Amino acid sequence: MLHAKIKKYCRFIISVAFFVITICVAPVEGGDTLKKVSFIPQWVPQAQFAGYYIGLEKGIYRKYGIDLTIITGGQDSPPSDLLMDGGADFASLWLSTGIQMRAGGAKIFNIAQIMQRSALMLVAKKASGIEKPSDMNGKKVGLWGPVFQLQPRAFFRKYNLTMQIIPQSFSVNLFLRDGVDVASAMWYNEYHTIMNCGINPDELTTFFFHEHGLNFPEDGIYVLEETYRKDPALCGAFVLASIEGWQYAFDHPDEALAVTMRNLKKEHIPTTLVHQKWMLERMKDLILPENGEDTDMGGLQIEDYSRVARGLRGMELIDSVPSFTSFYKVIRDKDEK
Amino acid sequence: MKNRGLAFKLILLILSSVTLIFLLIFGYSYMYSRKIIIKNIEKNAMNLARATVNQIDVVLSSVEKVPENMACVLDQSLCTGEELNNLLKHIVQNNKEIYGSAVAFEPWIYDGEKERYAPYFYKSSGKIRYSNLGTASYKYFFQDWYQIPKELNRPVWTEPYFDEGGGNIIMSTYSVPFYRTVEGKKGITGIITADVSLSWLQEIVASIKIAKTGYGFLISQNGTFVTHPQKKFVMNETIFSQAEARGDEELRRIGREMIRGKSGFVPFRSLLTGKLCWMVYAPLSSSKLSLGVLFPQDELMADVVRLNKIVIILGVLGFIFLFVVIVFIARSITRPLSALAGATEDIATGNLDVSIPEIRTRDEVGQLAHSFDYMKQSLKQYIADLTETTAAKERIESELQIAHDIQMGILPKIFPPFPEMPEFDLYATIEPAREVGGDLFDFFFLDDDHLCFNVGDVSGKGVPASLFMAVTKTLIKTRATKDMAPEVILNQVNQDLSTDNPSLLFVTLFLGIFNIKDGTIEYCNGGHNPPYIIRASGEIEAVETTDGLALGVMEDFSFQSKRVVLNKGDAIFIYSDGVTEAMNSRHELFSEERLEGELKRLKGLQVGDILAGVTEKIREFSQDEPQTDDITMMIIRYNRNE
Repeated sequence: MLHAKIKKYCRFIISVAFFVITICVAPVEGGDTLKKVSFIPQWVPQAQFAGYYIGLEKGIYRKYGIDLTIITGGQDSPPSDLLMDGGADFASLWLSTGIQMRAGGAKIFNIAQIMQRSALMLVAKKASGIEKPSDMNGKKVGLWGPVFQLQPRAFFRKYNLTMQIIPQSFSVNLFLRDGVDVASAMWYNEYHTIMNCGINPDELTTFFFHEHGLNFPEDGIYVLEETYRKDPALCGAFVLASIEGWQYAFDHPDEALAVTMRNLKKEHIPTTLVHQKWMLERMKDLILPENGEDTDMGGLQIEDYSRVARGLRGMELIDSVPSFTSFYKVIRDKDEK
Repeated sequence: MKNRGLAFKLILLILSSVTLIFLLIFGYSYMYSRKIIIKNIEKNAMNLARATVNQIDVVLSSVEKVPENMACVLDQSLCTGEELNNLLKHIVQNNKEIYGSAVAFEPWIYDGEKERYAPYFYKSSGKIRYSNLGTASYKYFFQDWYQIPKELNRPVWTEPYFDEGGGNIIMSTYSVPFYRTVEGKKGITGIITADVSLSWLQEIVASIKIAKTGYGFLISQNGTFVTHPQKKFVMNETIFSQAEARGDEELRRIGREMIRGKSGFVPFRSLLTGKLCWMVYAPLSSSKLSLGVLFPQDELMADVVRLNKIVIILGVLGFIFLFVVIVFIARSITRPLSALAGATEDIATGNLDVSIPEIRTRDEVGQLAHSFDYMKQSLKQYIADLTETTAAKERIESELQIAHDIQMGILPKIFPPFPEMPEFDLYATIEPAREVGGDLFDFFFLDDDHLCFNVGDVSGKGVPASLFMAVTKTLIKTRATKDMAPEVILNQVNQDLSTDNPSLLFVTLFLGIFNIKDGTIEYCNGGHNPPYIIRASGEIEAVETTDGLALGVMEDFSFQSKRVVLNKGDAIFIYSDGVTEAMNSRHELFSEERLEGELKRLKGLQVGDILAGVTEKIREFSQDEPQTDDITMMIIRYNRNE
């Protein structure tokens, strides 16, 4: 009996303490002034987006005055559509997609280029005799949809290769069964899947586009012009919070992976921890520029921009190249820090 | 070790040897029995794997026949419409393993107006249903089941997949391409599929239970777990992702062997319990799946381990038993031995009355004790004898000493003997070789002017010689009277000595009668070394011989006398053969030459000093060599009373 009483008493004390803490903390975070914002990543909540999810989990967005909702991405939710019809305030898009949209008249801004390096690559089995680009000539190559074909096609042109192009599905089985000689892969995803199907890295030849002068960096944060003009401070806060989220994820990979695994489980998406771990590690390689200083994190380099834009025009996917300043809004200046 | 007792050494050596032997036998039998068991397990495992694989393959290959036959039909003629649908429906209806079947056509082939056409019949809640897979959203051209056989130009089992519509069952599709020759050119027309539920296969594999925790599992061509007791692995993890998660290179290597369609028997750590197992793996010939069955080592080895435990316990008990036995034996040996050692120690201190401990055994220790007792008795007897002998010897020695004293007592001892007579100086010494010597010398006045002097040497040494010498000396003294010539004295003494001489002793003797008024010496030499005359001028000359025999040899021998004259300062030097025959360590004799040289060197000195000088020279010559004969010297120097 006495024991139960003490327990009850303790519970009461704890409740009171919680209440007091909530009252004290709430005004500091500005509960009333939090702005409701939504964000759509291109795909399911895998480690490719760990920075955003951990930022949400750790209250980093709240710290920046943002009450964030992350809309679960996937096949059925193209972020470009959601961004344009107002279903999401911020969207993660590929740089090439962003430029195509802008050139096509969509009023959007790039406010952060999260990935600095292209993760798209081609892989081939050494057993098929492919060691260098010229070995590919005449072989079957698996390519994904249009946005994923920019770099491969530029690559084939650069090395003067005539390829048999086979549409590639989301699985790598066609490649694994030798249905194609060369397959498209994202470094952080399919490449690791191939390894986890029992093929050793030394049995593969890899062609990273960024190593062949075709660095088309991918994920960036986009916002409608309208949203930006209405509240540039909010956009700035979102970018800074996202960058802080990414930094936190890199500094605390175990926490970031735990959040990722939990989110994937909630969405019933089968995955393995080792795969997400690989993905997070590769994200670090792709997001943190080579000089290793975090000051450039999230910045869009004009060279990268013009390389991608020229590539698009070269393939006649856009008529004209929008000006850099009309496309990219600097949120985080180097001098700021 | 060296200082330890016998018992300790016995225990240590025997027990360590026994332990070594035991461990060798135990180790060998363990290794051997283990080897046999592993061999048996491998055999059984292989059989089990083969049986399971066959069981599965029988079903799957019968399934393969269905679309293959259908492809043959379609190769011949392109069925259309109802005909095709009935065929498909028939297939699904009549093959209980086939869940669904489709014929998917290449673009624009079936109908020039339709890009996609793929009639599909499948089972759903006991009924056969129809659906066209050729919809805009389901791009079947890019599905693995379509694309892979098309690109590879051969029938293919797809990677197992979860069927989203059919309620979470794992399916695999067998896809067979079919062809049509148009205008002499053979081209692919489409793909025929048969969807097979793998749940029955899961059941077969799940029913494999080895000991407590052994299990079976299947992996696909990609290494994906198709069945595994760990549910979350199924259709999610690959054997390679597990290898990566565990940092287990060996697991990855085995996984690669498995997906390459190899079979084998390898050590493997259970992904479920972490226990060390043996795993047999074998490929399914039809679906490119690979079966693995785990045999937990510890569980299968439980009997051997139990046997080994019992053997070890028996070994330890035997060890203890052996220990006790050895202690007992060692004690039975060492107890009497240490008692003996104690007794011997007592004996060593001289106590021969100590009793040797009684040992009843008749073994070596008993014999030793008996020998000890016998040795003690003998020792005691010997010591008693020795004591007696020593006492006797001591008595004789003391008697000899007395005899020596007596012998020395009968020789003149006071020098100069006639200090009131300035006419001559006389000096004599004797150094006996043993306590009782055989040399003699003497001098006495026959009347006022005549001094009788003699030096002799009895053959042999010791008491008999000294007694003979005493007799000789006494005889000379009693026989020599006034006006008697030396030859007469010697004749008489010789007769006396020879008359009753059972010991056959003899004596060489030089006897002279010295007239102190005119310096003439009448002498007779009975076989003695000829004395020297040391002239005042320093010349040394030997006294002429009288050709006499030693006394006591021939009773009626007749001696002759001769005469020599000493002038003022001349001296006569008489000596025994102990002087010239003194030997050094190189067995050289002192010799007449050395003696003569010495006498020449010492000529001017006092008579006592001359003898002392010669004695010293002899000692110097013979060093530490023991003296073998008596050394006797006498010197008389004539001063002539003016």
